[in-house]
Amino acid sequence: MKVLRNYLKSLFLLELFRGLSVTGRYLFRKKFTVMYPEEKAPVSPRFRGLHALRRYPNGEERCIACKLCEATCPALAITIEAEPREDGSRRTTRYDIDLFKCIYCGYCQEACPVDAIVETRIYEYHFENRGENIMTKEKLLAVGDKHEAQIAADIEAQAKYR
Amino acid sequence: MELFNSLWGALPSELQYLVWTLVKIVAIVLPLMLIVAYYTYAERKIIGYMQVRIGPNRVGPKGWLQPIADAVKLMFKEIVLPTKANKLLFVIAPAITLGPALAAWAVFPFDEELVLADINAGLLYILALTSVGVYGVIIAGWASNSKYAFLGALRSAAQIVSYEIAMGFALVGVLVAAGSLNLGDIVKAQQGGLFSWFWLPLLPLFGVYLISGVAETNRAPFDVAEGESEIVAGFHVEYSGMVFAVFFLAEYANMILISALTALMFMGGWLSPFHGWPLLGPLFDWVPGFFWLVIKTAFFMFLFLWFRATFPRYRYDQIMRLGWKVFIPITIVWIAVVGLAVVYQMPWWFD
Repeated sequence: MKVLRNYLKSLFLLELFRGLSVTGRYLFRKKFTVMYPEEKAPVSPRFRGLHALRRYPNGEERCIACKLCEATCPALAITIEAEPREDGSRRTTRYDIDLFKCIYCGYCQEACPVDAIVETRIYEYHFENRGENIMTKEKLLAVGDKHEAQIAADIEAQAKYR
Repeated sequence: MELFNSLWGALPSELQYLVWTLVKIVAIVLPLMLIVAYYTYAERKIIGYMQVRIGPNRVGPKGWLQPIADAVKLMFKEIVLPTKANKLLFVIAPAITLGPALAAWAVFPFDEELVLADINAGLLYILALTSVGVYGVIIAGWASNSKYAFLGALRSAAQIVSYEIAMGFALVGVLVAAGSLNLGDIVKAQQGGLFSWFWLPLLPLFGVYLISGVAETNRAPFDVAEGESEIVAGFHVEYSGMVFAVFFLAEYANMILISALTALMFMGGWLSPFHGWPLLGPLFDWVPGFFWLVIKTAFFMFLFLWFRATFPRYRYDQIMRLGWKVFIPITIVWIAVVGLAVVYQMPWWFD
């Protein structure tokens, strides 16, 4: 009996018609598509995008060249060289992140004791020439200066979960 | 105009006939190419919609220029000839697939009197031409000198040969019911409303024909000849640029042809679905027959896309099983049924 039922079921393509009815219904569903350049998908405050180096409100750069980020970086994307400044404080002379090596894991941000290196929510950037993939200290600080308000707000938003 | 008329009159009548036929061919092929272009667009849109996205919408308003952009891109691409390919066959194969797909339209009646070549063996001609199309695929697979292409060609040869039989038998049913091989006469034999068309008395043959048609055109879920996931792109892996575009054209032209033939042979071609009905009949009788034909064809063309959006690819042995052990027995049985119905003049359809 069961054999016969299965036979008839496959002969009359019942399952296939059910499949067609599913796709037929989906034809009229509301579409999920986000029209990217005009519309943008929401971004989490924890989003790990382009890196930035931050400053204190008085303009002093935060990074103290402890090299914890360099040590923790699993992709070995960070290169730091440090020397005492004229006023005797310890600061970096070179802080490079190779964005081709970087895997955007966010460990540098986790490791940083002074919240200097952060990953921002910026994801629209590109390189047109060889070498532009190296984020130098100047470029990182420039990103930080430009987006400080957003960065501070994002860090504030996640602070209570840490 | 005067000049044109005198020039036209000066031509010998054979030449007039030739020019006139050429004009008719262009009048069929050009719109067909345009439909093919927009069929690809419709495919991407409809499958997109069924997958809850919206498909191409960037080139031109709502993406209407997308097929044009695709065509231009393909035209400017290089045609790569594989090193050890048989160059002549490699280039000729796409033309062999496209040729029959277009030539079959010659006997296709678009309306009561609107047909390029009203030959008596029209159905036979169509069967012959759709079979020739497979040679293009086989030659392409062989001439590419590539294992994937060769596998694709083998698969499609076996598949098309198997389904040709079921398809041919389904059409035998139609010709038994209509009593003619002429496509126009087949439509005229379905005279009457929606329920006097052949789809109802020949329902199993209708299903077999439609499914075999999908298999014949190598479309999902029977697209093992392409089988992206197993053999890359099957018989046309090595093709690029315009020669690939010709394969593409042929595939879509074939789909349109099969849709149109299904409309013709099972859905009453250019006949109005309400003909002879008490109230709706006179209301719709003024609508030109060509319009009904287009609507029916468009419906079957939509079915092709619907199938592709719905069904996963059949396993190869299942395809063979379906063709040989299911379709052929069904068609043979139903041909006998139709034969009896015709001989004993069963009421409603065959009396």
